[in-house]
Amino acid sequence: MKLKENIAISDSGYLFNPSTGESFVLNPLGMEVLQFVKKGKSFEEISKEVLTRYSVDSITFEKDYQDFIHQLRQYLLIGSDE
Amino acid sequence: MNKKRVTVGISGLNAIDSPGPGMAVAMGLHEARSLDVRIIGLAYESLEPMIYMHDLVDRTYQLPYPSSGSDMILSRLEYIQEMEHIDVIIPNFDAELYSFMKIEPQLKRMGIRMFLPAMEQYEERHKVNLSKFGEKYDILVPHGKAVFEPKEVFDIKSEFTFPLLVKGKWYDAYIAYNIEQVLTCFNKISAKWGLPVILQKFVHGSEYNVTGLGDGAGTTVAAVAMRKQYITDKGKAWAGISIDDTYLLELTRKFVTATKWRGAFELEMIKTQDNKYYLLEINPRIPAWTYLAVGVGQNIPEALVRLALGLKVQPYESYDVGKLFIRYSKDMIVDREEFEKLSMTGEL
Amino acid sequence: MEKQRYERPILKKLEMGMPGKFGVAANLPPTTHIDGISVDSLVETYGSPVFILSEKTIRSVFKRAKKAFTTRYPKVQFAWSYKTNYLNAVCRIYHQEGSWAEVVSGFEYDKAIANGVQGQHIIFNGPDKSAIYLEKAIRNDSILHIDHLDELYTIIELTEKLAKKPKVAIRVNMDTGIQPMWDRFGFNYENGQAWDALNKIMHSGKLDLVGLHTHIGTFIMSPQAYGVAAQKLADLAIGIRQKYNHTIKYIDMGGGFASANTLKGFYYPGSDTNPTFDDYAEAITSALLNTQFTPDNLPLLILETGRALIDEAGYLLGTVIANKRLSTGKRTTIVDIGINLLFTSFWYEHKLTPARHYSQYTEATTVYGPLCMNIDVIRENVNLPLLNKGDHFVIHHVGAYNMTQWMQFITLRPKIVLIDQDGTAHVIRENETMDNVMNMEHLPAHLK
Repeated sequence: MKLKENIAISDSGYLFNPSTGESFVLNPLGMEVLQFVKKGKSFEEISKEVLTRYSVDSITFEKDYQDFIHQLRQYLLIGSDE
Repeated sequence: MNKKRVTVGISGLNAIDSPGPGMAVAMGLHEARSLDVRIIGLAYESLEPMIYMHDLVDRTYQLPYPSSGSDMILSRLEYIQEMEHIDVIIPNFDAELYSFMKIEPQLKRMGIRMFLPAMEQYEERHKVNLSKFGEKYDILVPHGKAVFEPKEVFDIKSEFTFPLLVKGKWYDAYIAYNIEQVLTCFNKISAKWGLPVILQKFVHGSEYNVTGLGDGAGTTVAAVAMRKQYITDKGKAWAGISIDDTYLLELTRKFVTATKWRGAFELEMIKTQDNKYYLLEINPRIPAWTYLAVGVGQNIPEALVRLALGLKVQPYESYDVGKLFIRYSKDMIVDREEFEKLSMTGEL
Repeated sequence: MEKQRYERPILKKLEMGMPGKFGVAANLPPTTHIDGISVDSLVETYGSPVFILSEKTIRSVFKRAKKAFTTRYPKVQFAWSYKTNYLNAVCRIYHQEGSWAEVVSGFEYDKAIANGVQGQHIIFNGPDKSAIYLEKAIRNDSILHIDHLDELYTIIELTEKLAKKPKVAIRVNMDTGIQPMWDRFGFNYENGQAWDALNKIMHSGKLDLVGLHTHIGTFIMSPQAYGVAAQKLADLAIGIRQKYNHTIKYIDMGGGFASANTLKGFYYPGSDTNPTFDDYAEAITSALLNTQFTPDNLPLLILETGRALIDEAGYLLGTVIANKRLSTGKRTTIVDIGINLLFTSFWYEHKLTPARHYSQYTEATTVYGPLCMNIDVIRENVNLPLLNKGDHFVIHHVGAYNMTQWMQFITLRPKIVLIDQDGTAHVIRENETMDNVMNMEHLPAHLK
């Protein structure tokens, strides 16, 4: 799973896809997760990171993570799984 | 002459093919002889062009939609007021006028003045009540009917001939040539603007408009008559010419005196082949073509701001006849960062 | 180190032209407390879902309504509309405030008597009054609002055995310029039915015609319609005096005032646009004062408003069961409140607020109830903060009808709690139990 290379994310959480012209907004955790994905971290690594810092259980986060990744995929912001 | 410094908030920044009046109002205010104006744009959507016209607008803030309730608009304006110290707001959208009238006392306490019609004036001239209005003030109005249910549409045959106009409570008007089309329009309009939907007899003729300003005590402070020269497929004037029509201007004064109209207005009239004027609509705000009035010598936005501030205003007596306004559209180049900033922070 | 509050990661596409809602601080403030008690603790103590009623609000709204009318008209009487909410605790608050009872069935009639309402202060409305209850009501000196001729004849028959002159009024339906026109109840004004019924009453000599009643519709957005109705009833009253030299004691304008809820299909929220008590009072009282009634002959004005009095005092507290996404990508939230408890969600865009603070990030969400039915929708489209499973929320303005028209469907109905004026909570109706439901059933022997 890889974030498309030319995608621009600003500090405010604004995401711009130059190849489609679409703009998106991320909330703070959305941005954090996307940065992890960009760095190529696995779900296990991301989950560990998030669970230590946020008051959330692993099942809830896994479900929300999957939904988030699904959204990224639906908007063609990440390539399909290798 | 010493110019008075004022900060004015204006909405209607959508200078698109069915334009909001914001741009004309801003241009008028920048040309005002007695005022030195700072303009705060109030936008609802992120692509309203004027947001990005920094020579016209000093700063823009997004507002929540009127449909989210006046409390929401008020709390947003409280925030904006802390930053900007607005003296006067001129709301330019039909759909927001009601909310602004509702919060007028609270805005006044915050130091923001407006010059809007009273709630009774606003309701009385409403499309839904226009027939009664015509009767009361002895002004010809095309026969109209407010319908609440699709089944009522089937009963209109005795009252209307085709084609007829189907209008939304705030926006949208379609010409329908048969019952099926009326029904389609009814559904389309009621889904967007709620009930009732207004059916109005279609009157053939040429379109004339008057824009003006009443001081709330019966005096007509400004009144300019215009004949539409070119009309877009949305029914908007793309070009028009100022005219000297004694009857129209008299009718306007009669309207202002009889209703003690407070604030700006636009009368939409139609003149039939046998020279009868019918009143189609009264818009309780400045129209998008108000810059023509400014250009022919009656700066309605300036006078409105002065009235709102309680300053003396000398009624305009005349204007240049035979001047045209010709609207044009133009592309501007905007950096993505500007759009991003507005989208992310609601301010630019 | 304390952990940060979790809000799920979201990605929202910016529709061009639409505002980036994120930037605009337009979120509803949360409802963390009701009359000083935290929503979380209410749910913890009484379960979820749970109905909460505020006695403080009930009384203050009542006082507001009363003031609107009594400052404009000298003789005003409210009659609590039992069908709107007939919990005994609720009814007794209104009776303490001076309301009579307005009932539409034998069941409600008995409830009013059980709540200590004097017979002569019960107005008996509705198309279905059995002979047994008519007799009971006549013996108690209650006021009968006659709905149809069959009822009129039944009452005349009863007078023969009761040796009493029943106090009656007729319900009048009429054109007040609003749609739809309610013409299924009572006698029509325009076509002469009303006069026909009045003539029959007067000529019978056996009934005491004390009032005239109308109820023009429900959630009426136009106060002027009440003005028209009051005018027409006044005309009838004046006509009766001229023809029979008989004075009508009261004019009953029924109910139908709008509450602050937002009807579906309306652009502005109801809290901005719906008429206030002052608007209705102005229309009704000026119509009455402008008729030929002399000041010493003004009839008593009775009002049976229910919804506008109690809607605001009712809250429904619930919990998020799950979040999911539809095939279209649309976010949905499933909650433990369905149309079995909140059938008013068929016509209102009920205001829904979270029970605690969230960040400004929201998602457009459909809120579904827990029933296994497609029609179980609480809000079709509402911008909600990022609620998690187990989070609590509050639905507002649910005081009218939901606690009488709710259904025992699929599941058991919850508790109703009243918070008194000192901020103490009282359970005023227990939650249903399996036994409650099972005890009413009988198994035939061959199925045991």
